[in-house]
Amino acid sequence: MARKTVLHALHLELGARMVDFGGWDMPVNYGSQIEEHHQVRRAAGIFDVSHMCVVDVRGEGVRTFLSRLLANDVAKLRQPGKALYSCMLNEAGGVLDDLIVYFLNDEWFRIVVNAGTRDADLAWMRARAEEWQVAVAIEERIDLAMLAVQGPLAREALADLLSESDRGAALALKPFFGCECGHWFVARTGYTGEDGFEVMLPAAEAEPTWRALNAAGVASCGLGARDTLRLEAGMNLYGNDMDATRHPLESGLAWTVALEPADRDFVGRAALEAARASGGVARLTGVLLEGRGVLRGHQKIFVQDREYGELTSGSYSPTLECSIGFARVAHDCPNRVEVDIRGKRLPARLVKLPFVRQGKKCFEIPSEESVS
Amino acid sequence: MSQVPAELKYAKSHEWVRVLSDGRVEIGITDHAQSALGDLVFVDIPEVGRELAAGEACAVVESVKAASDVYTPIAGRVVESNAELATAPEQVNQDCYGSGWLLRLEPASADELAGLLSAEAYTELLAAQGN
Repeated sequence: MARKTVLHALHLELGARMVDFGGWDMPVNYGSQIEEHHQVRRAAGIFDVSHMCVVDVRGEGVRTFLSRLLANDVAKLRQPGKALYSCMLNEAGGVLDDLIVYFLNDEWFRIVVNAGTRDADLAWMRARAEEWQVAVAIEERIDLAMLAVQGPLAREALADLLSESDRGAALALKPFFGCECGHWFVARTGYTGEDGFEVMLPAAEAEPTWRALNAAGVASCGLGARDTLRLEAGMNLYGNDMDATRHPLESGLAWTVALEPADRDFVGRAALEAARASGGVARLTGVLLEGRGVLRGHQKIFVQDREYGELTSGSYSPTLECSIGFARVAHDCPNRVEVDIRGKRLPARLVKLPFVRQGKKCFEIPSEESVS
Repeated sequence: MSQVPAELKYAKSHEWVRVLSDGRVEIGITDHAQSALGDLVFVDIPEVGRELAAGEACAVVESVKAASDVYTPIAGRVVESNAELATAPEQVNQDCYGSGWLLRLEPASADELAGLLSAEAYTELLAAQGN
């Protein structure tokens, strides 16, 4: 039996086509996912992301606990409300999940993890707390719904639903900061490459909030548009672009691993140091299909007879009107490659991510061949 | 509710067949199929002259979400493919029984048409599949 968010009945009422996503019955689109994609790039859209799991970690030992649990360093979180993107690794350096952690106060951090990994993540966190004998309370906030309001007009639209003082506080948030607004938690984060907010709010308030945003011109958007938006924005999807068998360095996530200070011991550190020392680490990169067709995960990348790797994600880019994807390739892969699509080799280019930020194309095709 | 025009024949795999006045047949995907796929962004159609067996995978329609094979409901030789879909695949979403047709065949045998589903039978099939 698929799990349902508190907004399930509203999605059906709005005509959504529903699909299974990580065990949840979720809206993939409300008509045209390409239209929904453009709405977010050009104006504003709203997504139900209540299937994601909000976890509050409280207690005196919380900072020490997270410092050891996460590959990024929570010591970077000094101002209340500041958010940090991090991987949670196993001892082999494999990515158990990617998450956002918010610093609320010295005894309270909030973590948002993926839907498909929520049960395993909670079990892992609790087992580590017990193993390390740290006194922290780990609470799954099933009482909260989560909405993502994204696009150039999104922040104003959401802020208009807040009280005057909260409105000012929310609009004053810098990127990757959040604040409490009454019973809501509003953060300037997202998964689309556009400005916007992610909002955690009591479940009963999700439906009237959604309707109010629709009335203000914010379009209902499904997971289909969410996927093409994150792909254009160069953001990884857990389970596609990384998983427990892949470490962050080969998943385009080296920037999220804090190896300094050298004396911070975190789960997976030794494995990552060994991988880095041995060299020749594969890389995750953007791929642009030069001709017609559609890139998909698991298509193979070739240069002449040598196979260099495969696509981890692929789709059609509504903004660029061509097919784009991510691929994990050997470190010495040239930038001009071929992709095997149903037995045909089609020319493609490896490009630096992201493809699109804030509505604009932002990569360049290298003018000459180089091995990077 | 999906549209199922009464004058067409259907295959269980969600293609439709129209018999043209010159005896050739036109093939496309049904309203149910285009709706399930979502926004189409690429259509790969067979070359003119190719001989197809009944049930053979003859085209690929790709939406943002996924690629899906199209199977020819009857055998025949491809005499025309819809070139406009190369630059406007969305026509399959907008008008799947009209400008969104995929290919035209010179059928190997007129008898095969009798084995296809009527509009009524295809509607029942959709209902039985929970649509």
